[in-house]
Amino acid sequence: MGEAEIIQLEGRRSQPSPQQKTRCRATTAAGNPCRNYAITPSGFCRVHSSDEASRARHPSGRDTRPERTPDPEDREHLGLEEFIKRRLSGEYPIDDFGYDEQLAREVLMPLVRPLYENYFRVRTFGVDRIPSAGPALLVANHSGTVPLDSVLMQYAVGTEHKNKRLVRSVGADLVWSSPVIGPMARKTGNVVACDEDTDELLRRGELVGVFPEGYKGVGKGWSERYKLQRFGRGGFIEVALRSRVPIIPVAIVGAEEAYPMIGNAKLLAKLLGFPYFPVTPTFPLLGLLGLIPLPSRWVIEFGTPIPMDEYPEDAADDPMTVFDLSDRIRDTIQQMLYTNLSKRGSAFF
Amino acid sequence: MADAKHSVLITGVSRFLGLRLAKRLENDDRIGSLVGVDLEEPPVPIEGLEFVRADIRNPMIARVLEATKIDTLVHTNIGSSPALLGGRSQMKENNVIGTMQLLAAAQRAERIKRVVMKSSSAVYGTRPSEPSVIPESYASREVDLGGYGKDCAEAEQYVRDFGRRRPDVALVILRTQNVVGPTVRTNMTDYLSLKTVPTAIGFDPRLQLLHEEDAVEALYRSIMGEATGIYNIAGDGVVFLSQAIRLMGRVPLPLLLPAAQITAGLLRRFGLIDFPTDQLKLILFGRVLDTRRARESLGFTPRFTTFDAIKDLRMHRSEDVTPEPSAHPTWERELFEYLKQRASSDREKV
Repeated sequence: MGEAEIIQLEGRRSQPSPQQKTRCRATTAAGNPCRNYAITPSGFCRVHSSDEASRARHPSGRDTRPERTPDPEDREHLGLEEFIKRRLSGEYPIDDFGYDEQLAREVLMPLVRPLYENYFRVRTFGVDRIPSAGPALLVANHSGTVPLDSVLMQYAVGTEHKNKRLVRSVGADLVWSSPVIGPMARKTGNVVACDEDTDELLRRGELVGVFPEGYKGVGKGWSERYKLQRFGRGGFIEVALRSRVPIIPVAIVGAEEAYPMIGNAKLLAKLLGFPYFPVTPTFPLLGLLGLIPLPSRWVIEFGTPIPMDEYPEDAADDPMTVFDLSDRIRDTIQQMLYTNLSKRGSAFF
Repeated sequence: MADAKHSVLITGVSRFLGLRLAKRLENDDRIGSLVGVDLEEPPVPIEGLEFVRADIRNPMIARVLEATKIDTLVHTNIGSSPALLGGRSQMKENNVIGTMQLLAAAQRAERIKRVVMKSSSAVYGTRPSEPSVIPESYASREVDLGGYGKDCAEAEQYVRDFGRRRPDVALVILRTQNVVGPTVRTNMTDYLSLKTVPTAIGFDPRLQLLHEEDAVEALYRSIMGEATGIYNIAGDGVVFLSQAIRLMGRVPLPLLLPAAQITAGLLRRFGLIDFPTDQLKLILFGRVLDTRRARESLGFTPRFTTFDAIKDLRMHRSEDVTPEPSAHPTWERELFEYLKQRASSDREKV
């Protein structure tokens, strides 16, 4: 009797018995072995069970993100209860860079959805110009005081691209030393702005997003909206040339109106150690309420990939090539911005 | 040369890593002779080990290296815990001056053909914007690299200087991640074993850990193999600190950063856990190593992932074999006796 009860209990909880507890054979997007237990006879976990088909299409295998199956059972599997259980026991996988796929896909992306779909009403163009697998460098304009553009670009590619790929944007030092923001940026897959990180991610076949304008882009005033600032020192071009991965120019329209920066409290910024302290029509006038972005309409366009493999091996060491390319890509994005601005029409309605 | 037997001398043989390494080598066919140096006798007997009570800071160590006729020097006597080593200044004496003296002695020992040093990932510092996955080529941009990290960086520099003066010697430096496991006691194992684990609100670093068995294996391969150079040694994969605490079955206690710092000070004062301030930043920002080079050149693949190492720590968290090192007054006399005895036995052979 007692034995029968035990069997029944195991069956109900569908817990794998010790000899069944083999790990999934697949590799995650970051190229690490998947830690989930295998559930299919062929040795894949639930996340990667649908991955076998896409693996056949892309022989590199590791480059593809598992396709989201519309199968309702899939979402049901990791319900709220199971999710919390795993969080409390620590049984969830993250990649070397700290991307927490479960948290990002199950919790954070659903939170961004209303913002993306209903509030900013984002329209995207050319998202499938991003290769379905393999490395690429996304170069985008940066604007809007608070780097919302990075979040929405990641969401756009993560939901609208045919392979739901993950864009891993590089973040400046300030992000990583900040409490809450730093760990959150990590868990959503962002990495540190340094050659080591970008080179390694591109080597692993991932999509890397860069905003070469940096603080100059997000911290520029309202009068300079949609005017691209200097593109850093061309470091991103060197990365692409070195790794020989295509550059995809991205134009993001809408962030400027979400937080129109009409002033910069430089003294306050200096005191707080920020690169700038924004003054918008509502902030800091309305206090925390002023942090709510204005409901601007957004357009994100992904341009045609610019291949880097036609340049000589040592092109990254030639500053003139680097600056020329940097200017060319800057012009491309500026043109895309103007086109999309006129295409968008009214900024808010 | 590859088939020849190795005569190995291990410094810090009574500390956990040296001890485990000696245990690993005790019945190995490829070991000709095995010598262990420390201030304390190893707490467990090791077959075939010739124990020499000596201080590596004393120039006498040169005579030990000469007398024992070793060809491989394994330096594991670099510690991270000020409390165990008798205060920060003692710790620095031991780590930096010890390495300096040891290598000065080794330079004279003609037979030495290989030097293996256990360094630490602490040499990379703990800036928040360090690379997410740090390769060996990364030079820390941290200006105030302090404490343990500075010790390791300086000790490594002595090894490199030694290599310049003795180009015939193969050098291996292992930068190990925080070691955890059933028998080792480090500030990381102490920390993760607290009933409630204080953390800082708003910070959740990635942890990458090295299981003690893998640490020993990496040292073993460095001794036996032909590889030279600097290698990052760490388990595969990472976990978040919050995740590690959950995996240990503990509860995190998030505190505001200043409160967390005060708590760390209190824990240190009461001897519960010895997290020096320079290492405290590790639980704010973390540090993850790129281990590809060790895999490719050293042929070292860790058996335990970070995940499994934590699970193993949780399972075995019980006894503690780490001895409490304390200065022994008799070591010098015994060392003299040993050298005398050694000299007379050499004469007999002739």
